[in-house]
Amino acid sequence: MELAMASAIGILTAAGVYLLLRARSFDVILGLTLLSYATNLLIFSGGRLVPGKPPVLRDGVPADLTHYTDPLPQALVLTAIVIAFAMTAVTVVLAIRSRGDNDSDHVDGYKAERDFLASEQRRHEEARDAARADQEEPRA
Amino acid sequence: MNHLPALPILIPLFAASIALFFEHRRFGMVPQRIVAWTSLAAMLAVSCVLVASAASGEVSVYLLGDWPARLGIVLMVDRLSALMVLVGLLLGAGCLLHACAGWDRRAPHFHAFFQFQLMGLNGAFLTGDIFNLFVFFEVLLISSYGLMLSGGRGERMRAGLHYVAFNIAASTLFLIALGLLYGLLGSLNMAELSARVAGLSASDVALVQAAAGLLFVVFCAKAALLPMYFWLPETYTHAPAAVAGLFAIMTKVGLYAVLRLGTLTFGATGPLDGFAWPALLVLGAATLVLASLGVLAATRLRALAAYLVLGSAATLFIAFSLGTEGTVGAGLYYLVHSSFAGAALFLLADLIRRRRGRAGDRKDVIAALPDKTVPGLLFLVAAVSLAGLPPLSGFVGKLLLLEAVPAGPRTLWVWLLVLGTSFLMLVGLARAGTRLFWRVAPWPDAGQHRLEAYTPEHEMAPAPSRPRETAAIVLLLAYGVALVVAAAPVLDYARATAAQLLSPGDYVEHVRAALPILREP
Repeated sequence: MELAMASAIGILTAAGVYLLLRARSFDVILGLTLLSYATNLLIFSGGRLVPGKPPVLRDGVPADLTHYTDPLPQALVLTAIVIAFAMTAVTVVLAIRSRGDNDSDHVDGYKAERDFLASEQRRHEEARDAARADQEEPRA
Repeated sequence: MNHLPALPILIPLFAASIALFFEHRRFGMVPQRIVAWTSLAAMLAVSCVLVASAASGEVSVYLLGDWPARLGIVLMVDRLSALMVLVGLLLGAGCLLHACAGWDRRAPHFHAFFQFQLMGLNGAFLTGDIFNLFVFFEVLLISSYGLMLSGGRGERMRAGLHYVAFNIAASTLFLIALGLLYGLLGSLNMAELSARVAGLSASDVALVQAAAGLLFVVFCAKAALLPMYFWLPETYTHAPAAVAGLFAIMTKVGLYAVLRLGTLTFGATGPLDGFAWPALLVLGAATLVLASLGVLAATRLRALAAYLVLGSAATLFIAFSLGTEGTVGAGLYYLVHSSFAGAALFLLADLIRRRRGRAGDRKDVIAALPDKTVPGLLFLVAAVSLAGLPPLSGFVGKLLLLEAVPAGPRTLWVWLLVLGTSFLMLVGLARAGTRLFWRVAPWPDAGQHRLEAYTPEHEMAPAPSRPRETAAIVLLLAYGVALVVAAAPVLDYARATAAQLLSPGDYVEHVRAALPILREP
């Protein structure tokens, strides 16, 4: 279970950081969401992973950590989930508004987006020409 | 139990909710403003009482919900938190006065956001629990998003998106650090943590140090230390004036958290004592150099003000990293001064921008400034204060800091650095003042396109001057003058605060001694 949990946290964080570093607001928002999932799992495992033990006190069971799982990280995760959820909503609204106002959701603005699209176009054309040249060469 | 420590958090919470009820157009602005000012006056009264009771050196601990400190959340009032609450509120008064000149009409929900912002600030300064610190950071950040974006469009939206995304990423890092710390130490109370860090087994030291380092990264990002400062000039330049003025205290929240955790939690003669300060000293020095270059290079007055805020935060990092009673005390005095003076410059930049019509606050455009005596004089006072020239508060703060630098190999370069960057900032401010107020004719060769950019048909009538805006700037500058007049008592308080911070042994006893009244412990 530890291995599954640890790799889940690691993979989510890696994917989140990768998306966070991209230039589009949609990718960034997805990245932030994935990062917050990873964080929630991390806090949750901060209370140690113990199967089959309740976090809520019951009558007749001594109240110590050998009979219960630590309830505090679960409460912390709840707070973190609520805040992350609200912040995702705020960023989505903000990204839509910014896209509408500035005609672009590129991180550096409209001009950077246009340059980027132009350079992509050029790259595609060059690749296509190169592929054509490759195809034609054997025949000649 | 004495309920005063909870009031600076509860008053703005209720005031914000009440202000929401009066938002309909038929009420006008007056009821909202009455609510805002009543709440601010009440908070100021409470925080004066808190400062008076903390000045005796007493650390009062308030158990929220009457839960014992090991189970619940505590609020902790010592000299530092009482001082920070008072500074935040005094600054808030100036910014609220400025906003009441008309911005609060244009930005929906302004007063509610403003009160929530004050609530977040007060809570962050008063809490004695790290997770609660995270929650109050979120409260103040979320309201700062609202304040910054409400009523805005265009460029401000893009700057806002960057600011929000950056801060959410930083908050995520904060949570990761908290999860690690709780997993390793099993507590989130700042004082309790310091006791557990002191008794740490040698194998866990590196892990706890990593978690603490992550925490410091977050606070340094909020305080805009070198690798993570990029958000600050952009955000502060695009924020509305009253909000940018209030944001002058936001970098200080990060500094406060570094100072608090660095002295109380990770500084109490444990294995982690002072592990972060050497790095912070070097980064602070680098940030200071960069900020002074930014002041020279800024093309707009608001960007210049943002770089000055950056520079003051860097100076404070240097003061706190040196870590003696004298430097921390001088740093606290400088912190109070720089919050007020920085905010005044933001408000003034906005006044000048609106009065210059289309030319805005750009330094490279020559434009008429109608009725320039009052803004000119205000700029002179603010610039003298920020550059650290006698006789105003910036001079006192920097002099005290230089005097307090402990003798040793570091003395020379700290002196050189602080004096050199002060000189660069002075040059930057002098150039800005000359260009804005003296209407020097452009150089014949380079000036051609500048004149084209500003021709009479682009003329936009300058906005009328509003007495309340000027009054707000005068108020903030008057705080600075008061800091010089009352320098002795303020400095005594700051030095006593530093002494209390650097001997944190009794915090743990205070927290453990606070027992619930109604519940069984």
